[in-house]
Amino acid sequence: MVFSAKPPRLRASAVKGLTFMTTLKVKIWRGTESGQFQTYDVPRLESQTVLDVVTYVQRRLDPSLAYRFACRVGVCGSCAMTVNGVSRWTCRTHVDKVAAGDTLEIAPLRNLPVIRDLATDMTEFFDKWAKARGRFTGAHTRKDDFATVKPESKERKRVDAGIECIGCGVCYSACEVVTWKPDYLGPAALNRAWTLANDVRDVAQQERLAAVAGDAGCHACHTHLNCTERCPKGISPTAGIAGLKRLVLKAAMKGEL
Amino acid sequence: MKNDHRARNHPAYWAFLVHRVSGVALTLFLPLHFWALGNALQGEARLESFLRWADQPLVKFAEWVLVLLLAAHMAGGVRLLMLEFLDWRDWQKTLLAGAAGVSIAVALLFLLNLT
Amino acid sequence: MNSGASSVRTQVLLWGAQRVSAALLALCVVVHLITIIYAVRNGLSAAEILGRTRGSFAWGAFYALFVAAVAVHAPIGMRNIFAEMGLRGRGVDMLLVVLAVLLALWGLRAVWAVVG
Repeated sequence: MVFSAKPPRLRASAVKGLTFMTTLKVKIWRGTESGQFQTYDVPRLESQTVLDVVTYVQRRLDPSLAYRFACRVGVCGSCAMTVNGVSRWTCRTHVDKVAAGDTLEIAPLRNLPVIRDLATDMTEFFDKWAKARGRFTGAHTRKDDFATVKPESKERKRVDAGIECIGCGVCYSACEVVTWKPDYLGPAALNRAWTLANDVRDVAQQERLAAVAGDAGCHACHTHLNCTERCPKGISPTAGIAGLKRLVLKAAMKGEL
Repeated sequence: MKNDHRARNHPAYWAFLVHRVSGVALTLFLPLHFWALGNALQGEARLESFLRWADQPLVKFAEWVLVLLLAAHMAGGVRLLMLEFLDWRDWQKTLLAGAAGVSIAVALLFLLNLT
Repeated sequence: MNSGASSVRTQVLLWGAQRVSAALLALCVVVHLITIIYAVRNGLSAAEILGRTRGSFAWGAFYALFVAAVAVHAPIGMRNIFAEMGLRGRGVDMLLVVLAVLLALWGLRAVWAVVG
């Protein structure tokens, strides 16, 4: 006797693409910091992303649902949410990958104030980038020639490892230390500081090391690797934070802090 | 809002939990350990009588747990030092397996030598 | 980033002290574990333990270093845990300094007991 290993929904999809398969039970957070999950029935489709699900609910079932997105292809970094308890980009997460059975739970990012439903207030997150001295300060003027940074240099490689961050907030939301110490700068801001600390053209190094030092800076990191585990770009903020810890310790021992 | 266990369910976080729990337990145990050794101030016989009291199975079991915790805290700590002080990228998971292996090996050795 | 009474430089040096003491402790603990596993082979006895340590400068120096390192290491770890529970500031830091000193003295007493 031959049993089909395929679940029924795949058999249905074999007929033609985008065929209606089964119904997803989707629990979506409604409210602000206080609120509750509300359940919606959403038709399950082939190659459906979590963002497709949220959009379906807002367009077809409840136009009052608040959420944020822009590019839908993993470039802008605005659609991050907590899907089944884990921080993710909703646009690059297929339902097939995360749906436990036919259920999904979609909530706003953690560690950030909820404005409404799935939209968080990211002010604090970006303010911390500024606090971590996350902007470039050069000494060259337009009259100077281009700076030469060799692609194979150690510094340039370190910058490359962290530079692709698009500021989506997934790591910040995943970080346990941010929850425990709300003044902790967090992985994204520190990763940014690390890329600048390795930018040989930057002239504000000492100031930056002072900004990221100590109990609310890089030294608060416990190497949980939550950020590294969840970063959709495959960056390891933990590695950059470890680099900062060493640079700052050196500076502190020399009395430069 | 805060994360729940689903966000923390990965090996590096379990390693953190082991490190924290073992660290606290060892810190609390230290004063007792120092007290026990301090018995020798009143002579060898006094220390000997403490050691004979400590032969009870329950105390032996507690000792075994402490050896395991000490090995785990040491191996996990070496892993953290390597993550923090070496330029690393891809071998962090191997390190974790190594640390777990060392702790279990030490605990087993202790157990084998006890009997 | 100042969060409490200690200066940022102090916070960084505390972090460094915990790592340096950790490296020392890793070596000490390896020696300690080997000694433990060796010592329990035929059961622990006071005569065997004291026979090894009494009058030994090497064991005395080793255990004194071990105690000093742990007296630095453990209180800094506790400081992190307290901070993450929301307990920080000068009061907590002072309390931990006192605990560090007590732990060191209590430990050195134990070293004296088996070596002296």
